Amino acid sequence: MRQTKIIRNVWLGIENLLLHKLRSFLTMLGVVFGVGSVVAMLSVGEGASKEALEQIRKLGSNNIIVSSIKSAEEEATSTQHSHMSIYGLTYEDYRRVATNFEGVQQAAPVKLTRKDSRLRERAMELRIVGTTHEWFELVPRQVLAGRVLLHSDQEKQAPVAVLTEFGARKILATEHTIGQTVRMGGDQFEVVGIVKSESGQAGNIQIPDQEIDAYIPIEVARRYFGDIFTKRTSGGDEREMVELHQILVRVDDPKKVEAVAAGIERMLESSHKKKDYVVSVPLALLKQAEATKRTFNIVLGSIAGISLVVGGIGIMNIMLASVTERTREIGIRRAIGAKRKQIIYQFLIETVVLSTTGGMIGLGVGVLIPFLITYFSGMTTLITLNGILLPLLISMTIGILFGLYPAIRAAQVDPIIALRHE
Amino acid sequence: MIEQSATRSDAEIVRLEDAYKIYQMGTQEVKALAGVSISFKKGSFWAIMGPSGSGKSTMMNILGCLDRLSSGRYYLESQDVSGLDDDSLSEFRLRYLGFIFQSFNLIPQLTVQRNIELPLYYLGWDANQSAVRAKELADEVGLGDRLDHRPTELSGGQMQRVAIARALANDPQIIFADEPTGNLDTRTGEQILELLVELNGQGKTIIIVTHESSIAERAQRRLHMIDGVIDRIDESSNA
Ligand SMILES: Nc1ncnc2c1ncn2[C@@H]1O[C@H](COP(=O)(O)OP(=O)(O)OP(=O)(O)O)[C@@H](O)[C@H]1O
Ligand SMILES: [Mg+2]
Repeated sequence: MRQTKIIRNVWLGIENLLLHKLRSFLTMLGVVFGVGSVVAMLSVGEGASKEALEQIRKLGSNNIIVSSIKSAEEEATSTQHSHMSIYGLTYEDYRRVATNFEGVQQAAPVKLTRKDSRLRERAMELRIVGTTHEWFELVPRQVLAGRVLLHSDQEKQAPVAVLTEFGARKILATEHTIGQTVRMGGDQFEVVGIVKSESGQAGNIQIPDQEIDAYIPIEVARRYFGDIFTKRTSGGDEREMVELHQILVRVDDPKKVEAVAAGIERMLESSHKKKDYVVSVPLALLKQAEATKRTFNIVLGSIAGISLVVGGIGIMNIMLASVTERTREIGIRRAIGAKRKQIIYQFLIETVVLSTTGGMIGLGVGVLIPFLITYFSGMTTLITLNGILLPLLISMTIGILFGLYPAIRAAQVDPIIALRHE
Repeated sequence: MIEQSATRSDAEIVRLEDAYKIYQMGTQEVKALAGVSISFKKGSFWAIMGPSGSGKSTMMNILGCLDRLSSGRYYLESQDVSGLDDDSLSEFRLRYLGFIFQSFNLIPQLTVQRNIELPLYYLGWDANQSAVRAKELADEVGLGDRLDHRPTELSGGQMQRVAIARALANDPQIIFADEPTGNLDTRTGEQILELLVELNGQGKTIIIVTHESSIAERAQRRLHMIDGVIDRIDESSNA
């Protein structure tokens, strides 16, 4: 009963608004754009934070990535012919980080090299990483076939290789390749598994398994390939001696990630003469992403908020005009016996109908915008239930807030004066 | 005197006691009502007459619970309404009173049916019942075929009939009509008056303000006002 009454009142409000279709439409435009921008903003913001989280997940949120870089001085001298640059992380660095370093749970060394390789009649250059079984715990990736590196491979210094999905595709390996021999450089390796690879980067940190084709035990890599690499460049051969290219570190407690990173930084500082390493913390990226998102939300939120307020003022303005225009009608209703609160109710329903209709149209616009953004820029956008309910709630509130004053004005109309009003 | 069988307190529907309505215009006081005492009986038909500015409309507004006295007492159905708040006065208007105005005062954007239904809407009737009642009332005033028309599509006489149908919707005890024929030609005015006489025959108390003596003739009693006070009361010999 009560419910049908509300529906009836809403319907009467709609009827009245339909008497002035163009005016009603123009009145709600402000709310349409306000809500539209709120919805669009929320979805872009949500999308960005989802994307950031996804990246952090790929990098490992408890991880620290220490990478070798050529120091600035080294960069300057390396152009000289037959010069060999020596830089980067050492086996000693790895040993110190991996054993008894405060807060470190696990660490994996990374030694990168490129070798001409051959699987049956298919020949390709593969990017090879020498590492330990810990790698696969620090950077968990789905095993597509076979297995990953084991502790026993290390002990036995077994010539085994785990291909990434990416590398497997390059060299035309399939699950049937497991157990077959792949030749890398001058040596034979047994293919023992294929793992899924992820690509992408977050900020300036690359996903650790970006551009890796095959994993082999690090001891094997060291024994077979050594620490000296020759890069062919246009100016002749360039030789480098790098023991380790990366050390992946997992911290036991996410709260300690930054402190441990600082500890590693200090330790490296004391043992390296040059700054030929960089310590990156994916978690810091997350914080950075969140800070960016917050700023983003504040800026766009205030713009959206301003347009909503402007929309609300537009509605209020028109409703005030409408009250003046309908003074006589109000007088008639009051003379017949309508109470003040019933007049308030009538006008309030009209504004709320206006603003919520505007809100719903705005929702449509606001859903379309992120869709177009994703379509044209490839940026991730995400529309959540909150992203829909919040703007509708806001538009309803706007209707009540900005409708209240005109409605109260309407209720203050003196019926005697109103009835004389021509 | 027209004696009625009911007891005095039953028979009386409206009583003003030493009623004053004073408007403050700057430093000057305008006494629109300057000490009026009068009592109307249930089922009576009164005409209020007097020159312009004598306080007729003011009195109607007070009696119709649209306005409040500056001092004095007003009893409606033996209840003192002089001290009631706005909501209670609205409630009185809604349940017991009906209004007819010189300028009809229909709501232009609503159809005839919706205009007639208006009091029922505020009384909380449901849509179907209201529609049935509106049709009945429209038939009663001879406009049963005009329910879907807008007021602007009607003649003055027809608009006043709609206004009467609306005034009757809540089955009021008293009908107030402030110059109901003022905007109509003589013949149409006569017809409207016939309707009011008929309603009086059905037992409704009718109070009408008019300048036309031919209209006032039809009332049982005429109250003549001058400068906010009662000048005299006369009774129809033919009533
Ligand atoms: N709101 C008001 N403020 C000030 N003075 C008022 C107000 N309403 C009425 N008056 C004054 O009260 C007096 C009585 O007015 P009222 O409208 O009752 O006269 P009336 O008898 O109905 O006249 P008419 O025949 O012209 O309709 C007039 O002098 C008028 O100017
Ligand atoms: Mg008057």
